[in-house]
Amino acid sequence: MSVNEGKELRIIGFLCNWCSYAGADTAGVGRFAQPTDLRIVRLPCTGRINPLFIVRAFMNGADGVLVSGCHPRDCHYSEGNFYARRRLEVLKALLPVLGVDPGRFEYTWVSASEGQRWRSVVTSFTEQVHALGPMPGFKSGTSLDMCLCHMDQNQVL
Amino acid sequence: MNIGVFVCHCGSNIAGTVDTEAVAKAALSFREVVFATDTMYACSEPGQAGIVDAIKTYDLDGVVVASCTPRMHEATFRRTLERAGLNKYMFEMANIREHVSWVGKDMEANTRKASELVHMAVEKLRRNDYLEAGEFEINKRVMVIGGGVAGIQAALDCADGGLEVILVEREPSIGGKMSKLDKTFPTVDCSSCILGPKMVDVAQHPNITLYTLSEVDSVKGFVGNFDVTVRRKAAYVDWDACTGCGECTTKCPSKKTPDRFNEFIGNTTAINIPFPQAIPKKASINADACIKLTKGKCGVCAKVCPTEAIRFDQQDELITERVGAIIAATGYDLFDFTKYGQYGGGRYPDVITSMQYERLLSASGPTEGHIKRPSDGAEPKDIVFIQCVGSRDKSIGRPYCSGFCCMYTAKQTILTKDHMPDSQSYVFYMDIRSPGKNYDEFTRRAMEEYGARYIRGRVSAIQPKNGRYLVKGADTLLGQQVEVEADLVVLAVGAEAAKGSNELAEKLRISYDPYGFFMEGHPKLKPVETNTAGIYLAGSCQGPKDIPSSVAQGDAAAAKVLVLFSKDKLASDPQVSNVKLVRCIGCGKCESVCPFGAIEMVDFRGMPKASVIETVCQGCGVCTAACPQGAIQLRHFTDNQILAEVNTLCL
Repeated sequence: MSVNEGKELRIIGFLCNWCSYAGADTAGVGRFAQPTDLRIVRLPCTGRINPLFIVRAFMNGADGVLVSGCHPRDCHYSEGNFYARRRLEVLKALLPVLGVDPGRFEYTWVSASEGQRWRSVVTSFTEQVHALGPMPGFKSGTSLDMCLCHMDQNQVL
Repeated sequence: MNIGVFVCHCGSNIAGTVDTEAVAKAALSFREVVFATDTMYACSEPGQAGIVDAIKTYDLDGVVVASCTPRMHEATFRRTLERAGLNKYMFEMANIREHVSWVGKDMEANTRKASELVHMAVEKLRRNDYLEAGEFEINKRVMVIGGGVAGIQAALDCADGGLEVILVEREPSIGGKMSKLDKTFPTVDCSSCILGPKMVDVAQHPNITLYTLSEVDSVKGFVGNFDVTVRRKAAYVDWDACTGCGECTTKCPSKKTPDRFNEFIGNTTAINIPFPQAIPKKASINADACIKLTKGKCGVCAKVCPTEAIRFDQQDELITERVGAIIAATGYDLFDFTKYGQYGGGRYPDVITSMQYERLLSASGPTEGHIKRPSDGAEPKDIVFIQCVGSRDKSIGRPYCSGFCCMYTAKQTILTKDHMPDSQSYVFYMDIRSPGKNYDEFTRRAMEEYGARYIRGRVSAIQPKNGRYLVKGADTLLGQQVEVEADLVVLAVGAEAAKGSNELAEKLRISYDPYGFFMEGHPKLKPVETNTAGIYLAGSCQGPKDIPSSVAQGDAAAAKVLVLFSKDKLASDPQVSNVKLVRCIGCGKCESVCPFGAIEMVDFRGMPKASVIETVCQGCGVCTAACPQGAIQLRHFTDNQILAEVNTLCL
């Protein structure tokens, strides 16, 4: 899948269904214009996110990954976003070790009513990723690649 | 697998900035897609019929609809699949309206983005399973939080519908803001005459359990099976014994207790019954003002009480109630008028709020219905009303219109003229907003029949002058500065979210907007539902509302609860976690992270294994992310499905 000659970069958003996905919907309903780079993967909760998804995305060539969920204490499932926060914080610290510029990854909290906030999150993150440019390629067969293999065991490609 | 893709135009909503035909064409090249088309309105009757036909003609096993957000029509299209005899979970949606056509203008970029979203949906769908919904039992009791007019109405409707209702109110009496009002617009009905009987109905209804002076401490569980812990705060009076005779209040020596019910105009006693029509009519002690509780002396009330009901050692009590549905009706608070320093609220004694003025007008108020200035008790002649105090003002974080201030100000000018025929009312306003039934006629009557002088413009400052006040403002219709001398200034304060509403929303796991008002499921089509199943909204907790709207919403919330409880069992969502026993090593991580206690460890041939209680699982997937083995997978959001989406985008 080719990206529009460098005009667009490949940014993946993992969004929780209840707050941020709805917030992105609110931004749409409000017709808040945004950069088109981001593709959203809908998840029930940020607590569902395995940090390895994000690593996998980077390994496969994503230029940026954005995670967004409900504000702390406001989780539809009580505490899913607290689990997410811990895991993502660890991931953030790990990214430089993996050779990924931590500027390519961000997690944030956007509620269902914050359409305007969603627009500014998307816009500034997209600009930040554009400033870093396209992701330099990963070599396959690294130890990291091996660790991720178990996730693919059942995959029907 | 045979997959069909339907790309919706949504009129020009999508087709305006996305080449839907090109998206459909691109979809034909995706793996296992055997049919793809674009359609004008996929959700319409012919649109859905087209999907049903295609499922039959092309023998489809799964369907992708690229249209609006799944939060809007996922359920609609799942029903369409069911009608065509397909398992309704063999469906995915690509959101190409809210996330594509409405936020980007570039046709080329949008079309590519839409195609990719469709591709992701197709790849996810290829890994979907046929799922069957289970069933679970529900508890047909309902809790109403908040005993204002909306909560009262909802409680009465539910109770009349045969449900057992628990009504929880924070204050010592139910009645809410409406019980403080003297009259109501636009009929000038006596407020307590129309609310009072309803309050009595609540007290006497065999199906209603009333907990006043109580707050919700914690909420656990899910639709049909909530466990709500209610904190019954100490009243220091045994309400089973108290008869509400009022003997204690007449003898209490602590007579300078701020009177909450009368909006702190005038004083009351430390032990009191908040107002004559209070339900329940029971005395309670204000622990901050009571001499016995603060200094250990006194105890007069205990000596005079004929039923020996006083309990100085009473403690808060926690009660857990199991209910199937919850209606939040926690109402609103009035804007803190001291934030407008230029009006002198809080500094000048005769600058008061509209609710304080309401208490002055009320026959059951501190002045027995005589309008008296708080400073010297004199009858005011010139009264200035200032509207939009805490409404429509971005600078103080209240950009919204509170909706009812125009109307209550008009009512108060009318009542003022009735009370004092030689008085003169001035109203500084920004716009008059009176869209309800008979509302505009009412404000016109205030001006034309009752002679209230309306001045369009903001007040810049209020200054004391010879025992009166000089109100300086602009008349934007005349285009000049005006000054009005007033004996009393009434600030028409706007509404804001009730204090503690955020904490309650977090306990209930519902969303709230930036101002703290609870969010409805959909602004048009789910006005009383929330995004959490089994939790409904009534009244001003959702946004400022007048009495008719609050009552209507109370009715609507009750109707929703009755609909929910019309079945003995509810269908459970089968998109829950599922354990692959061969992979599970019994480490118990999933059990410890589950927020709902939906996972238990079971013995399987002598080995510990995780087991999901499907009716309790809410499908958040925290366990799936925690499992080191990938053994527990959230159905329809499995690792493979999410990675397939990621790979679609990146590889």
